[in-house]
Amino acid sequence: MSDLTALTIADARAGLAAREFSARELTDAHIAAVECARDLNAFVAETFDAARAAADDADARLAAGEGRLLEGIPLAVKDLFCTRGVRSQACSNILDGFAPPYESTVTANLWAVGALMLGKTNMDEFAMGSANVTSADGPVINPWRRRGEDKPLVPGGSSGGSAAAVAAGLCLGATGTDTGGSIRQPGAFCGIVGMKPTYGRCSRWGMIAFASSLDQAGPLTRTVEDAALMLQAMAGHDSKDSTSIDRPVPDYAASLTGDVRDLTIGVPAEYRMEGMPAEIEALWAEGVRWFRDAGATVVDISLPLTKYALPTYYIVAPAEASSNLARYDGVRYGLRVEGNDPTEMYARTRAAGFGREVRRRILIGTYVLSAGYYDAYYLKAQKVRTLIARDFESAFETVDAVLTPTAPFAAFAIGEKMDDPIAMYLNDVFTVPASLAGLPAISVPAGLTGDGLPLGLHLIARPFDEPTLFRAAGLLESAAGFSHRPDQSGAGRAV
Amino acid sequence: MSADGYRVRGRDGEWEIAVGLEVHAQVISEAKLFSSAPTAFGAEPNTQVSLVDAAMPGMLPVINRHCVTQAVRTGLALEAEINLTSVFDRKNYFYPDLPPGYQISQYSRPIVGEGRVVLDLEDGSQRTIGITRLHLEMDAGKSIHDRRADATCVDLNRAGVALMEIVSEPDIRSPEEAGIYLRKLRSILRYIGTCDGNMEQGSLRADVNVSVRRPGDELGTRCEVKNLNSVRFVMRAIEVEAERQVAVREDGGEIELETRLFDAERGETRSMRSKEEAHDYRYFPDPDLLPLTLDPAWVEAERARLPELPDARKARFMADYGLSAYDAGVLVAEREIAEYFEAVTAGRDGKQAANWVTGTLFGALNRAGIGIEQSPVSAAALGALIDRVADGTVSNRAAKDVFEAMVSTGKDADAIIEEQALRQVSDEGAIEALVNQVIADNPDKVADFRGGKTKLMGWFVGQVMKASGGKANPKAVNQALRAKLDG
Repeated sequence: MSDLTALTIADARAGLAAREFSARELTDAHIAAVECARDLNAFVAETFDAARAAADDADARLAAGEGRLLEGIPLAVKDLFCTRGVRSQACSNILDGFAPPYESTVTANLWAVGALMLGKTNMDEFAMGSANVTSADGPVINPWRRRGEDKPLVPGGSSGGSAAAVAAGLCLGATGTDTGGSIRQPGAFCGIVGMKPTYGRCSRWGMIAFASSLDQAGPLTRTVEDAALMLQAMAGHDSKDSTSIDRPVPDYAASLTGDVRDLTIGVPAEYRMEGMPAEIEALWAEGVRWFRDAGATVVDISLPLTKYALPTYYIVAPAEASSNLARYDGVRYGLRVEGNDPTEMYARTRAAGFGREVRRRILIGTYVLSAGYYDAYYLKAQKVRTLIARDFESAFETVDAVLTPTAPFAAFAIGEKMDDPIAMYLNDVFTVPASLAGLPAISVPAGLTGDGLPLGLHLIARPFDEPTLFRAAGLLESAAGFSHRPDQSGAGRAV
Repeated sequence: MSADGYRVRGRDGEWEIAVGLEVHAQVISEAKLFSSAPTAFGAEPNTQVSLVDAAMPGMLPVINRHCVTQAVRTGLALEAEINLTSVFDRKNYFYPDLPPGYQISQYSRPIVGEGRVVLDLEDGSQRTIGITRLHLEMDAGKSIHDRRADATCVDLNRAGVALMEIVSEPDIRSPEEAGIYLRKLRSILRYIGTCDGNMEQGSLRADVNVSVRRPGDELGTRCEVKNLNSVRFVMRAIEVEAERQVAVREDGGEIELETRLFDAERGETRSMRSKEEAHDYRYFPDPDLLPLTLDPAWVEAERARLPELPDARKARFMADYGLSAYDAGVLVAEREIAEYFEAVTAGRDGKQAANWVTGTLFGALNRAGIGIEQSPVSAAALGALIDRVADGTVSNRAAKDVFEAMVSTGKDADAIIEEQALRQVSDEGAIEALVNQVIADNPDKVADFRGGKTKLMGWFVGQVMKASGGKANPKAVNQALRAKLDG
């Protein structure tokens, strides 16, 4: 990692504003880094020419003293976002060759404040996965290694390419999307910050849908402040998305006061999962201590329906996905495999275009919505979902944020947990409840496992209380003092 | 026979029918239900398609407020309950002209609930048909199979266009009632401007649910005959489907719940898919759309804004103009006709105006095969002609000729009366001269009359009228004749 690629977004903004380096130099440094790290398979499309041109424009603006919030900041964009003229395939064969004539609202918002795109990042196909191993573009390799091992590890998922790219210094930040943990879990696996805002905070327009009632865009960055800066640009009401909420976007970075003395942090008993590694338990306890030491009140709370969250999620999300993915039929765009009649064409196209995990979820979703099963599965799941949200509501009557681990384990090797989908689904056991309740949540890197892999702590806050979420996350970040960076040649090391 | 007594005569006796209609009415709106693409009929294929209509990745529906207003107005006009919260659901099925793979519709919570439509039957009686519900949904595109030999083409211009599905209770008891219901519904929709009712262009289509039963029995199993695009087809399809069901039942068979198609040429219905083959649409609430909530004050404001509806206008025409129920019914069926009539009758005799409009004008329009909006004689021009009859300038008889000339030349009544010298002769001297001539020419008839054959008066009037070339004022002729003959 060169000096320029080791910067935070906040530092880069300062450096650009002071003309210590140009946006073009910053961009070129990142382009070089991407080129050197292609073995990670983090990027599925590189848009270097456009990035350089955008950097030159940014330099002109900066020279004129007209730099905007993210002027000249090189970012990476998850392949789930539609980007004009650039492949947007959700890493699925079914969208083979698809480059939309439109730009997603979230990315357009980023470009509108001067950020620029280095390329599109790898992901689990249609965001369905927790290890980035379901991508039609192949798995992403986590830049972290277990100490003394060379076995390639997964970066988590589904935003695995974005997380790996940020962790490896290939971009200053990246967009991700989170349906059940797809930003936070890869953030934890890659030792970076992953933030999912309140449902409705970011527009879903132009984001290829997985599960509409859960999908939210969010930032992956190396610091909490960077996440606040990126979300500042990404968030906002969009009349093109009926589920986006019309309320002002506060100054998130300003909320990072470091003072948490007025906060009450809840620790839910139900997140103490059987068989969870002791080092995760220990890190969680340490998180509690950090808050206490900083003057916050920490209380034990109960979120009794937590154990139903994962099964509920695996009914609701596939149900919506089965319908959302019906449009990929070979008729208008993407892959088509011809057949003798429309039905045969559909079958052949979809069989060839969708990978195993996507097919599995379409089947599950179709099943739970079928006549005779709807009430038992989908309707019941919706009711449980409402109750889970109510659990949080009552918890938030007494606490300002909930502290949990992000995931029940650290990054695992590519190939592990692949035979058993249920084991894979457990990745999201701690992140899914906040998704079901539409709450803002963040994963902050807070420590290492014994063999040198990053672990994250997870905070959940009230709807639209991102300021409190960022403030509490800032405390975790400074208390943890996590400054570890992956060393791609071997184990994680302290710098 | 009154519609209520409609029976299908089977081999072993009579059967009653019960029919419900599901009418799909295209909402009058510049833009589609969930996108801003235009909706004009007849555009080049695939020129009125937004990214949303084509279901491009990442595109989201946004409800068109105007379409919601139109549905609420329609609900109010059907005297229906307006649901302040309604939900859009996805109806999932694959078809090449359905880009998202689902139709956004309203399943369990429609925007409009129970209402009613009152029918005026031919025998003068009324029947009330219950409305079960009205919901909003988007139309699909169109598959074109005959454009290319090697492929089916898809036109997405219609995809996403707003439809109202208006479902009736199975209250209809005859094909005639179904026809009257459909015309009445169409009339209401056109009055309030929520659907143009154009069945040829597919703006109004109907599915009919038909069942038969022995008089007094419970409702039988129904079959749905889909996609009928004229009143005539609706009536005919009900007739033949009812006959089919009777034949099946009388042969000891069972009617199975199924969807059927009507073949107009062969005059029969054919099975399209049985219950077993029925789609499982996997309805669930569309997560891209929030529940639709309406402000009750807004609904009341829309209610207040509704124009006068056909039933109210008919009652007013009967009360204000002394029209018969039949004439009033004919005049209010179309908003344009009612407005034309009101313009004609303003300051004039209502019955006279009604006779001119329903008799002479309709005759001319029918011959020309045009609607009232294309009438060659404006309401003002027809009114002026009626004035010339009333003030005695022309006879009723001559006025008909004046009207025909107005139709063919487009000129006004006064110009034609002058040109063709149709002015009625009321001059006493001129009429007396004609009367004297006729009396002088027919002494035997005069003798007969005076001998008691007073019925000959009509013959004398006719002779004088003939001699005047039809221009003599019949009333004046009558008076003059009586004076001479009786005297």
